[in-house]
Order: sequence, then structure tokens, then C-alpha cells
Amino acid sequence: MKLIFERSIQGRGCAILPPCDVPVTSLPEAMVRKEPPKLPQVGEIDLSRHYTQLMKQTHGVNDGFYPLGSCTMKYNPRVNEEAAALPGFRRIHPLQPEETVQGCLEVLVTAEELLCEITGMDRMTFQPAAGAHGELTGLLLIKAYHHHRQDTARTKILVPDSAHGTNPASAAMAGYQVVSIPSGPDGCVDVEALRKAAGPDTAGLMLTNPNTVGLFDRNILEITQIVHEAGGLCYYDGANLNAVMGIARPGDMGFDVVHLNLHKTFSTPHGGGGPGSGPVGCKELLVPYLPIPLAQRDGAGGYRLDWDRPLTIGAVKDFYGNFLVVARALTYILTLGREGIPEAAENAVLNCNYLMTRLKDVYDMAFDTGCMHEFVITLARQKKELGVTAMDVAKGLLDHGIHPPTMYFPLIVEEALMVEPTETESRETLDEAAEAFHEIYRTALSDPELLHQSPLHTPVRRLDEVAAARNPRLQYHFPD
Amino acid sequence: MGSYVPSTPAQRQQMLESMGLSSMEDLFRQLPEEVLLRRPLNIPSGCCEMEALGKMETMAAKNTVFSSIFRGAGAYDHYIPAIVKSVTSKEEFLTAYTPYQAEISQGVLQSIFEYQTMICQLTAMDVSNASVYDGATAAAEAAAMCRDRRRTVTYASAACRPMTLRVLETYCFSAGTPLVLIPEKEGRTDLEALKELMDPAAAACVYLEQPNFYGQLEEMEKAAGIAHQAGAKFIAGCNPISLGILTPPGEYGADIAVGEGQPLGLPLSFGGPYLGFMAAKSALTRKLPGRIVGETTDVDGKRAFVLTLQAREQHIRREKASSNICSNQALCAMTAAVYLSAMGAQGLAQAAALSMSKAHYLAAELEKIPGFQRKHQGEFFHEFVTGSPIEPEALMKSLEKEGILGGLPLNGAYKGCILWCCTEKNTKAQIDRLVSIVKEVAEK
Amino acid sequence: MKNPADLLYTKSHEWVRKLEDGSVQVGLTDYAQHQLGDLVFIGLPQEGDAVTAGESFCDAESVKAVSEVYSPVTGTVLAINEELLDHPELVNENPYDAWFVQIGEITGEEELLGAAEYEELAAKEEK
Repeated sequence: MKLIFERSIQGRGCAILPPCDVPVTSLPEAMVRKEPPKLPQVGEIDLSRHYTQLMKQTHGVNDGFYPLGSCTMKYNPRVNEEAAALPGFRRIHPLQPEETVQGCLEVLVTAEELLCEITGMDRMTFQPAAGAHGELTGLLLIKAYHHHRQDTARTKILVPDSAHGTNPASAAMAGYQVVSIPSGPDGCVDVEALRKAAGPDTAGLMLTNPNTVGLFDRNILEITQIVHEAGGLCYYDGANLNAVMGIARPGDMGFDVVHLNLHKTFSTPHGGGGPGSGPVGCKELLVPYLPIPLAQRDGAGGYRLDWDRPLTIGAVKDFYGNFLVVARALTYILTLGREGIPEAAENAVLNCNYLMTRLKDVYDMAFDTGCMHEFVITLARQKKELGVTAMDVAKGLLDHGIHPPTMYFPLIVEEALMVEPTETESRETLDEAAEAFHEIYRTALSDPELLHQSPLHTPVRRLDEVAAARNPRLQYHFPD
Repeated sequence: MGSYVPSTPAQRQQMLESMGLSSMEDLFRQLPEEVLLRRPLNIPSGCCEMEALGKMETMAAKNTVFSSIFRGAGAYDHYIPAIVKSVTSKEEFLTAYTPYQAEISQGVLQSIFEYQTMICQLTAMDVSNASVYDGATAAAEAAAMCRDRRRTVTYASAACRPMTLRVLETYCFSAGTPLVLIPEKEGRTDLEALKELMDPAAAACVYLEQPNFYGQLEEMEKAAGIAHQAGAKFIAGCNPISLGILTPPGEYGADIAVGEGQPLGLPLSFGGPYLGFMAAKSALTRKLPGRIVGETTDVDGKRAFVLTLQAREQHIRREKASSNICSNQALCAMTAAVYLSAMGAQGLAQAAALSMSKAHYLAAELEKIPGFQRKHQGEFFHEFVTGSPIEPEALMKSLEKEGILGGLPLNGAYKGCILWCCTEKNTKAQIDRLVSIVKEVAEK
Repeated sequence: MKNPADLLYTKSHEWVRKLEDGSVQVGLTDYAQHQLGDLVFIGLPQEGDAVTAGESFCDAESVKAVSEVYSPVTGTVLAINEELLDHPELVNENPYDAWFVQIGEITGEEELLGAAEYEELAAKEEK
């Protein structure tokens, strides 16, 4: 299909702005742009049709099942969008006087109070824009804490080998050395290895629980205790909170700081990669270091922004974070409430176990011990026996209108497919998906070549990623 | 209470029983007893959609929506063409994840590729990423791109936005590298002082904004020259609307161009979500953080787009990645792309010229009132600083009563001064009304 | 592909060609390029960089993986094979011609294997 630049016709355009009603000012010649940027020259109908075509080549949660492990692709309720579109939120300048933004501050404070109760934390900042950004923020809190105590020998962050790639990357960005902790044969942290690694140079531990293979680490209290006894702090990667919200809280597992992914657990849309929101909550001992400003109650029934925090790590983003994303998440939490939050977790785990049970007869599970919100299939045997890989199964699913699971992650599982159905899928959808998985398995046995060829019915087929990386073409080349 | 779980209680029971379980609790047997909450969350009961929206409306109603805004300082009230919101609220774009599965994500991928092209055009740079969180983090990530084992010092102008400086400072603390502030002189970066400050052995980069926080236009080419002479990179923070008429960073020697993309069709939204754009010279391509989309072909030879150069990224490099970022602001990037397409080069230049002309008109009118003289004499774009004969906060209160959000009262060395801003949305009638109220209050 | 008998090898899958002037050329073995798959970028060091035996001095990127290349010797990079910057596929096509760097001023080296020994090691890893 055409690029927007290929639809461009010299002299075409949209009439958007009025003529100038004040004297026109001009710039000194030296500062004036000589060549106008080559932006599209299109009419509104061209634009409308262009993006409608692009839309048809995009698979969203509303198009079909999206069991992308670790990403919690639950349904994004429309009422959240309505709330975020209110002019009383959309049209508010971030630097308006506090008395004119009491509603916005109430959103932030209310969301903070609800999420602190859900996580068992004392305070929370909404400044981080994404999960990885939250990780960096949380690690900086840990760093500031140790620095403030003159405890500068703590240079290492412990990260299990099953962790998301962002964990070690964030730790490195925060100036830490990363120590990888092996997983045991049960897929959980090897406690003895952790005990050996923890010491006076340990700044902290980053952990996802349930972890990336969908298992709740039952040694969690021992794990956090080992780290605390070594003088380190414990960081909870909230990527998988959807499995346990309302049922267990990171704060009660011994964690000192957490980040949440509002775009996963709290139903805000992913937008093709963003904007998200990665608020960071912490226990009292880290509160002094939280970024500025912090919204809070003013003690007189209103709200204010606290900029006067002498030990703060500073700011990790402009203003107060992705406010409209927080407004969406708050709408969701208010809707679900005290009953709906654990109900969502229960059904996420129910759907996951149900689908796993339905696939167990033909697919090998990496850890066949009952899962939480996600499970990991390994295609290692099929690869060896049939030459069919995780990639082949994933691409086969595309022809069934299903977005494939996360591929080749976690790294500790060979030929991995990580499946996370979420609670917003019905039993019928899960049954259909199970049938699709079975059909692909039958094809793998009867005609593996067909799977290597798949997908056959998508707008484009398998891409030459090697050529894309060897000779990067990263922008449109305009004809001369 | 509200719920988005479609399975009926009967279906849930059947599903449990099909697995030999009797209750939901059985599903959580992995959890040790001690960590179970075993009590309801202490949060309000859930509610239906109508009530939930009602609660949000009540909160929104406590905010003041100003019909006339003369405040910028990093968030700008430009006109947003109707087509922008209509495109970006399409559910497929809204609800898709990062386009890992290219075969069913060509829409998002192509839209990012088009966005990258537009950013390259706007900045006259060689390569753009798919966007980062916002303008401030874009500046911080750009500085990180320039640092290596030997070159560790980031220089940033004191005339930059204070919040951007704070973010830079936090990221530098994170990396354990020094940040040196270049002093400001008469509203612009003191380039003579910069020359003195530069350490040719350790300078990694120099960061200036154009226009700067005070609206003043900097001597970017000269600053770039000083940076390069010391072997450092030059990073330009640009207002994207201004690039409709101002010399683009690629033409004055910038190695990296970054900026806040909010003016390109994103609503004010109490500060977010916004959009950080990032473009660089081709030599720095592999140092760019975040997602990048490239063109290739599929097995049938059809043109197609895909996330590329992924070996830079955290999911492959883990602790050796150049950044931990694993998202982009795709929907905001699409917003910017639709905005730029609807405006075209001509419309963008018009928005820039209107904003600048109105700001100059406002400045001239305010200067007629004693005490409201401009603080700086250099060229400016659509923001400027004046003194104020009365306490700025009191003046703003009077304007608020009239539905006007006035300029931003400044702090620090500029205490008592006001940073004003105009966009194309400020009509002459609005400006005249603002000026007459200011005059009235000042003369009282 | 046969591993040339006139080269030496490391346990981390680099080959070493000793040149007459005492310097060495270093590249990736056929086994290594095969494991990595289609290479898309080689992040070479700069001339004049100091390298240490057993430590990474360069990385080789495929589409979905990145792999460190370890120096077999301690010394200084005298030259880099700039052709690889534009044509990383040469490593896949002809690994024993596609040298990465030439290292001189050598003051120490890793334990190096002969071709037969290396083949044994690679065969073991294959399993």
C-alpha cells in the first residue's frame, strides 16, 4: 500500500488556520529556514482513507485473541477513553495554578491511595512513563537511599536469569553491576545461589512474582529476607501483578519498592507501543527520595503539589507523568473496586490454567506444575523431531486470526512460547484458540513445510529481517 | 459492581471442574499462606459504567478550563485539526501492542516509518527513532548516546527549561557522570563562558534549546562549533512548530535533534502523555535508543515494514543495552504524523508565523504599560519575559477571574517576572482584552 | 567447512592467524558464524584501542542476537577490516577470509588450540 508521501500532490492541502489578524513579524534572514520540509500535501479525505487502510492492517485487542505473554493484553474498556477525553482533563495546562487543577490532583491522589492499598506500599509517584522507566526510577530510589546512608559500597543488583531484559538494562543505566541469579529446575529462584550472591556489595534484588514462567515463587519471604539481611532492598517488577492483585500484595512479600504497568494490569490501551504509565510505589523508608513534584492532600480538603523534598532524586520526566493514562486506570479501578480487582486476578489465573490444560495433551509445558496468569510452552521436542519451531507455530496462529504468544522468552526455556490469555477472554474464545493450537499441531505432524510457509493469509508474509538490518532504510527516499 | 470478565459464574465453575478443582482458591495453592491478603482490599466497592464516569466527571469539573491561554513553558495550546483525534481514536491503533508480529502490524509499522520520515524532514537529520517518552527524557537519552568511557561530561545551558534540566540531572546522577551548567546572559546561553568551561578531554556533549526557556533564539551554529572544537557532540532541543520557519538543526551542525512533540496535535492533558522526538546524524544510528522501523520486503517481494536494528535493545543486550527503553509513544507519534500531514509544510509555517506574530504583538502592547518591559532584547519566537510592576500571582488571579490563563510567574533570578506565550489560537481580540485587563489591574 | 590447519583457535570460537611481523589477525570461526546465523552488523573497535586476552573487544549482531568476540591476545589494534562495516555477510560467506582486526604489540595470549583440537571442541558443543 502507498505511503502518505506517495499520495501527496503538489498544491493540495487542508484549510486549518485563519489569516493573521495582527502585524506580521519576520525573522532575520540568517534564521529563516531555506527549504521547507517535505511534508505530505494531502486533502482530508486522503488522510482519512490512508489511515483507515492502515487501521485494517493492524491487529488490536478488539480484533481478536491476543495472548501475548507478559504483556497482559486485556480488553481496554471504552468508558476509560470517555473519561480521558473529558475537556476538564484534556484541556488543562500542566502549569495552571493549583486551585484551578484540584480535579487533576484528586485523580493523582486517589489513584495513588487505591494503588498503594493494592500493592501494600506507602506512597507512589506517577512520573515514570512506562515499566522500564519505573524500573529506573525505583532503582534510583534504592541508590539514593544507600548514598544518603553513606553506604556506597553497594554496587550490585541481583537479577534472576528469567527476568525481563529491561531489569538488567535498567540496573546498568542506574550505574549498577548486574549479578545474574540462576533459576532452579522448578523455574524459581535458586535460593542457595541467592544466599551466596547476597552480601555487603548488594544494593538490591529485582524480582517479578509470579515470574516470567508464570509461577509464584513460594520462597518469596525467604528470598526477600536474605536480601534484607545482606542490607539490600527488594524491587518488585509489577509486570505480572494481574495474577495476584487483591489476593496477595508485594508489600506483604517483603518488597520495598514496586512499579506497576497501568497499560497492562489496569487496562489502559497499549497504543501500538505507548503511551503507557509505570508508577512507582515504595515503603516509608524510600519516600524521601521520590521524584518531584508529588501530589498530595493539603489537609484542608484540597490537594497540592509538593516540590519541597530535599532528598528527592529529582525528576525522571516532565510534569506529573502520563496523566491521561492515570485517569483511564483510575476509571478502571473505580469500576472494578474491592470485589472486581481480585475477581479479575482469579479469572486471569482460571483462564490461563484452563487453556494450559487444554493444550497439555499435545504441547510440552516448560513447567508443568499449574500456572498463574501465564504459561510457557516449549517446542524443543518438535524442533528436534519435526523441524517445527516456536516461530512456525506463532506464524501459523496468524492465519487463525490469533496474535501469537510471546516468542523466545524467557531465555531460560528453549523454543519458548509464552501464553497469557487474561481474564477478559471468554471460555468460547479459549476453546477456539485451543482448537487452533491443535490444528497447528496436526499440521506440524502432517505437513511441516506448510507451517514454515505460514502465514499465508496476512497482508504481508514473513519478512526479510536480515536485509532490513544489514541495509537499514529508515525513512522514505523521495524521488528527485 | 463493574466487571469485564465475560465468563458466567456457571461457566467458571465448569472450567474449574474440568480441571478437577472445586474453587478459585484452589488456583492459588502455589502461594504460601503467609503472603495471602485474606481480607477484602480497603478500597471502595466497584460500580457500573455510568457511576464510574460520573465520578470522573465530578473530578474533571473541579478543574478550570481556560478559554484563553497565554502560558507555555513546555506545553503549548495549539489548534488541533479535527481529523487528528478521529484517526488516533481508531480502536485498532489504540489497542494494539508493540508491532512484534510484523505480518499483522503493517498499519502501526508503516505509520511509524512515515513519522520517522517526517521527523527527519522537520529536523533535516538523517535518522529518527520511533519516539521516546517526552522532550525532557529525549534530551537525557541523547546525552547518554554521546557519553563513553572517556567522554563523560554533559554541558547544558542554564537557559533551558528547568524541568528538562532536572531530568538531565537525574539521568546524570543515575549514570554517575557530571553535568555542567553553562551560565545564561541576557536571556541567552553565554557562549564565551561555554568556551572557557569546555574540557576537550572529557566533554561528551553540549545541549541547548531553540528557542530557549525564555523564548529567545540562540546562536546555535556558533554553539555547535564550540562543541565540535572540543570533540563533543551538539544536541539541539527544538520546538517542532518553530521548525516550520526556523533553520533546522541539521543545517546548523547538530549531531542529535530532540524535542517535545506535544505541540504537534497533542492536547495539554495536564502534562501527558506527550512525545519525545529524537533524530540524529547517520553515524549515530546504532546509538539511538528505542524502537526503529525499517523498510524491507516479504517472501513474495512485497514492500513491508519491520522493527529493525533490534540488537541495540535491552531484550537482546540486557545490561549492555544503550538504554532500557522498550516502548515508544506510538499513538502520540501517530498523532504528530497526522497533524503534520493535515498541516503540510505550509500549514506548519503558518502556525509558526501566527504564533510568533501574535507573541510580538502582545509584547509590543504590554510594553506600552509601565513596568511590563521585556527583559531581553534578543530575537524571540512565541515566548518572552517581561517585568511586572505588581506581584505576578495577584495579576494572574485577576486574569483567572476573566477566564484567562496569563503568563507564567517565574522564580529564582527572574522572581517578579512573567513568561508569556502566544499561539495561533490567541486572536487579536483575546490579546487586546488581556492587555486591557493587565492595564486596569496595574494602574489600580 | 574445514577449519584451516594453519590457524589457531580459541575456546570462545575465534580464529587466530599469526603473521610474519609478530602481529595476528582475528576472526570468527565457521562454527561460530553458523551458530549466530546471518550477521547484520559487526561493532569493530578503533585502531589504537588496547585489547586484553580473554576480554571482549567487539560484538557481532544477528537479527535477534548479539554475541561478544573475545580477544585471543593482549595488545593493540593495528588495523580493522573496514569492509565488514558495510558487508557483515562476508563473515557468513567466508569466515576465514573475513578477519575482524589485526592486533600487534602483543604482550600475552590465551591458551590457543590447533585445528583438530578445536574441531573436537566444536563437535562437543554441537551436541
